[in-house]
Amino acid sequence: MTDAARNGEPAPPLVEVKGLRRVFDLSKPLLNRLLEGGGRVSLTAVDGVDFSIRRGETFALVGESGSGKSTIAKMAVGLLRPSAGSVTIDGIDVAGKASADTQRRMRRRIQMIFQDPYASLNPRWRVHAIVEEPIKAFGMLPDAKERAARVGELLSLVGLDPRDGQKFPHEFSGGQRQRIAIARALASEPNFIVCDEPTSALDVSVQAQVLNLLRELQDRLGLTYLFISHNLAVVRHVATRVGVLYLGRLVEEAPARELFSDPKHPYTRMLLDAVPDIEMEGKERLTIAGEIPNPVNPPSGCHFNPRCPFVMPHCKTVVPPVLDRGNARVRCHLFAEG
Amino acid sequence: MNRFARIWDSDVAWSFRHSPVAMAAAFMALLIVLAAALAPLIAPYDPFNPATLNLMDGFTPPMEPNMISGNVYWLGTDNQGRDIFSTILYGARISIFVGFSAVVFAMVLGIGLGLTAGWRGGWVDSALMRIADIQLSFPSILIALLIFGIARGLIPPSMREDLAIWVLIVSIGLADWVQFARVVRGATLVEKNKEYIQAARVIGVRPVRMVLGHILPNVMGPVLVIATISLALAIIAEATLSFLGVGVPPTQPSLGTLIRIGQGFLFSGEWWILLFPSITLLALALSVNLLGDWLRDALNPKLR
Repeated sequence: MTDAARNGEPAPPLVEVKGLRRVFDLSKPLLNRLLEGGGRVSLTAVDGVDFSIRRGETFALVGESGSGKSTIAKMAVGLLRPSAGSVTIDGIDVAGKASADTQRRMRRRIQMIFQDPYASLNPRWRVHAIVEEPIKAFGMLPDAKERAARVGELLSLVGLDPRDGQKFPHEFSGGQRQRIAIARALASEPNFIVCDEPTSALDVSVQAQVLNLLRELQDRLGLTYLFISHNLAVVRHVATRVGVLYLGRLVEEAPARELFSDPKHPYTRMLLDAVPDIEMEGKERLTIAGEIPNPVNPPSGCHFNPRCPFVMPHCKTVVPPVLDRGNARVRCHLFAEG
Repeated sequence: MNRFARIWDSDVAWSFRHSPVAMAAAFMALLIVLAAALAPLIAPYDPFNPATLNLMDGFTPPMEPNMISGNVYWLGTDNQGRDIFSTILYGARISIFVGFSAVVFAMVLGIGLGLTAGWRGGWVDSALMRIADIQLSFPSILIALLIFGIARGLIPPSMREDLAIWVLIVSIGLADWVQFARVVRGATLVEKNKEYIQAARVIGVRPVRMVLGHILPNVMGPVLVIATISLALAIIAEATLSFLGVGVPPTQPSLGTLIRIGQGFLFSGEWWILLFPSITLLALALSVNLLGDWLRDALNPKLR
């Protein structure tokens, strides 16, 4: 966290997500549709998501699998094009048609850390080549010696030995691999990093080390994170603000402390109650009933209505609007005025 | 030295040192390849220089002095008095050259098309793979014969002799690319969805560099195995075509040509003209094939 964020002074948002929507076409090929019948099938993975991230903040997205977390992450770094809406970094659209030069400079400022450090590093490349790749791809340091020095610097920054650059990824443990992935992400000197479940493939003891490293780097380099996770304990540890996703819609968004102490949306409450926590002992719990519905055919109205303990008749027909409640924003009919 | 030590320590090298079959096959293959490569130095006679040939030496049996000239030929001579041992060395040279070049040609073509199909997907993929399927439904020797025939028809007669070997290489190569393309396409489909490719995309690596730098090194394992086994098949394909009389020109006899010449004399008692080239072809194809089998097992972690 930067000082500005800590003191609560308003800083202009670095990342703005507006009306983001992504529809996947699951239809069979045209020929099969004609021969076997059946129309087009589509899946709305992300459905009108808005949020913004201020400089130096960590915005965490939580939700069950299939809620659209990773789709948002991919759209944020430009791996997927949104069907509608936009992600802008300092006012430049990630998927936009700005000039090639502007695109390139904007791309340099966004990096991503992936979930599985065993799959995100090319097994045939030496570590120094992996870390060097962004520097080369963006043409940042034309001199080979300077590049090598920079790679060594990056490796020490993430707590590895610069001499480790000569090794192959398979010579490292999961945690060390994730450090290499972080070094690669930092190589292009980005200010926005999307972390897609960066610790879920790691041992619990190593998770904390990687999270602390991420936080330390944030303090030192003033990084802004979009942090995707399904692990609420991890989110509580790192997040400034938290957004809760359910079937592609943001159902609640609040400062982390407020979300954990005073959850509003019934789904958030259910998620929090599912976390095993000694302090919660004796408190009445909302149990998670049922499973996340098939996103190809989501429930009408509020997507959460079949599982909600407080369901009302109009929940099944009317999509709840986004309601501002203090620092939080919630999408639930329970909080409607009157 | 450090590099050598690392190779010596690798899994594949370990498996090689513990497989007597692989070592014997490698020894045999190496022996034949070296002997063929050094043919001008090793061969006691130059079988293609008419000036040194003596028709009177024809049909000399192995290890027996010729009745007229008194010359001794280790493996005997053929009808024109050519030393069989020397012709085998020169013949193996042509067979190995044609086989190796055909495999390299098939490999480059197959890898290129396989990477394109796997990476691009969509209609490019469908089109390439349908062509591959159609080609697979014909025996590859038939395809090679067909291409060879068409190519010969297109080339002016004056150049046929000189281009014959290259036409043969292209024919066998074109008959063989499908396996490479299918395996590479499959491996590419697996690799392109891995996170390191997404990471490269986020970095903004250009597609050509992504395919050649990231995907190609990761699909080379199976390609190496197919290449080895294909080498044996290509050598046999060349021998088959030459045996049928459509391969290399008679002035540059390969092992297949020698076998064809030899089989004409088998029933008149001159067995050595057929036997020795056949044994050489068998030993060469068998040892390369065994090496391919071993490599496939050595690179398959599930079989350890």
